[in-house]
Amino acid sequence: MPQIVVENLVKTFQVAARAPGLWGSFKGVFKREYREVRALDTVSFSIEQGELVGYIGPNGAGKSTTVKILSGILVPDSGLVSVMGRTPWVDRVEYVGKIGVVFGQRTQLWWDLPVIESFDLLRDIYAVPENKYRAIRDELIAMLDLRDLLDITVRQLSLGQRMRCDLAAALLHDPELLFLDEPTIGLDAVSKLAVREFIGHLNRGRGVTVILTTHDMDDIEALCRRVLVIGNGRILSDGTLSDLRASVTRERWLTVDLADDASLATFADPDAQLIRQEGRRFCLAFDPKRVSVPDLIARIARNYSVHDLFVENPPIEVIIARIYAQGHAEAGGARASPIGRSH
Amino acid sequence: MKAYLAILSSRFRILIQYRAAALAGIGTQLFFGVVRMMIFDAFYRSSSALQPMTREQVITYIWLGQAMLLLTMLAADTDVAAMIRTGNVAYEMTRPIDLYSLWFTRALSGRAAPLLMRAIPIFLFAGLFFGLRGPASVAAGVMFVVSLLGGLLLAASMTALLTISLLWTISGEGISRLAPAPIFFFSGIAIPLPLFPGWLQWFIAVLPIRGLIDTPLRIYLDHLAGADAVAALAHQYIWVLVLIIAGRAILARGLRNLVVQGG
Repeated sequence: MPQIVVENLVKTFQVAARAPGLWGSFKGVFKREYREVRALDTVSFSIEQGELVGYIGPNGAGKSTTVKILSGILVPDSGLVSVMGRTPWVDRVEYVGKIGVVFGQRTQLWWDLPVIESFDLLRDIYAVPENKYRAIRDELIAMLDLRDLLDITVRQLSLGQRMRCDLAAALLHDPELLFLDEPTIGLDAVSKLAVREFIGHLNRGRGVTVILTTHDMDDIEALCRRVLVIGNGRILSDGTLSDLRASVTRERWLTVDLADDASLATFADPDAQLIRQEGRRFCLAFDPKRVSVPDLIARIARNYSVHDLFVENPPIEVIIARIYAQGHAEAGGARASPIGRSH
Repeated sequence: MKAYLAILSSRFRILIQYRAAALAGIGTQLFFGVVRMMIFDAFYRSSSALQPMTREQVITYIWLGQAMLLLTMLAADTDVAAMIRTGNVAYEMTRPIDLYSLWFTRALSGRAAPLLMRAIPIFLFAGLFFGLRGPASVAAGVMFVVSLLGGLLLAASMTALLTISLLWTISGEGISRLAPAPIFFFSGIAIPLPLFPGWLQWFIAVLPIRGLIDTPLRIYLDHLAGADAVAALAHQYIWVLVLIIAGRAILARGLRNLVVQGG
């Protein structure tokens, strides 16, 4: 049996809609329009013990809602969730003792306490036996290089330092399952790498199942063998990253910087499509099956005076955006249906 | 249990750092104590009618009341308010502990720590200079401690309710401004409750608010003794129980419809 089973999960939120302007505010006092937004619309998937799954999608797609339901915070409208044989929102108190959660935009450490005291407090909250606690704590301190941070109060930590401490805090009770909601958001390059390396190590070395939501596609490329894409409350795709790319498009991008303004108005190629232009920089999309990369580059270099050029895969963001657009079209357009209701 | 004790002690250690606030509070409470004492002095001098409390009792009631003032200054937990506004409350729910007990514990430490820091200096000061007397008897002293604890639990259960209301109101500004008005009036911190008119007494007697400071104060003074004292203690603890049960039910309801702010 998979460690996580999610079937037909549905969660809707009521959003108070107010007409704009003074009159709208005035009307809102007496009669409120509510719009029902389906954050999750029959989401199903399953995850095996020891997997490292990237869970991605645009803002508002339902990523965080899924994570919050899986971590026992939110109660869904309908659907079935079984994680390690438990229903998170039913057995919340027992269940959350076995999972670790990190929300990148928040901290679970006590703002006014030194880091080490937050750790000790978590030991008491999770009732971790002292020997086990010491062993795990010391290992985490070594792995995340926290030694110099332990006596500092949390509010004085930088974001990167805080995130390392938060990761440690989520693991002190040795959970089998870790939810990471945007753990690298706002971090500098060095901190990002450190966090990524740690997550990879945790998954490979200790067999901790990790569910990672992120907007940083480098996180996904570096870490995740499997990627779940959600858009508009539905799972749009489930597979490896290269499958995902292949399923959407073969397309490559060529970026060209022209050396002068002479051919700005006439720049074009029969086998490539112009995606955008910024000053002298042109970005073209082409199908490598129709025109080979060397041919295309040679032709452009011959016809125009080129300062620089490079070929790349479309950013994963673009792939995701296309999957999202496809999913949207298949679902028949808008799902958020306004319902008028006085309250 | 260990978890809650750990949280209690850590909150306590955090709150005990606010020494300037405590000093300012002590100054203000001493000042208002003197003002109130002068008002009631004038009242007793100008009236020859027999009052439900003697002048000496009122003075002790006022000063001990000033020392315990923090039990009447109830507001929603500002830390939880911030958590709800920012969505950090999500983390509170990923702890393997009961959320009501957690918020109750926070409320308890939030009342107890500043209370201790202010009560003891005011008690000593007023005892030395303003005629605050000791407890009427040993029995009264023991029962006072029990009812002081009751008042503390009552304050915590009321605070927890105010905090839980944040799940609906989010800001908590409104309720934290409304709550002090009835509490100021019906707790005895403005006018000792026995001095209220007779037709209002039954209403005051039913409300839980008198359990905050009036019950402990009158037990201390022996103004409530014997069966009356036991009944007052029962009233206090029954209300604590009722408020805890209500708080748990309302919180459970709020959590079913929880929305985490800010995604």
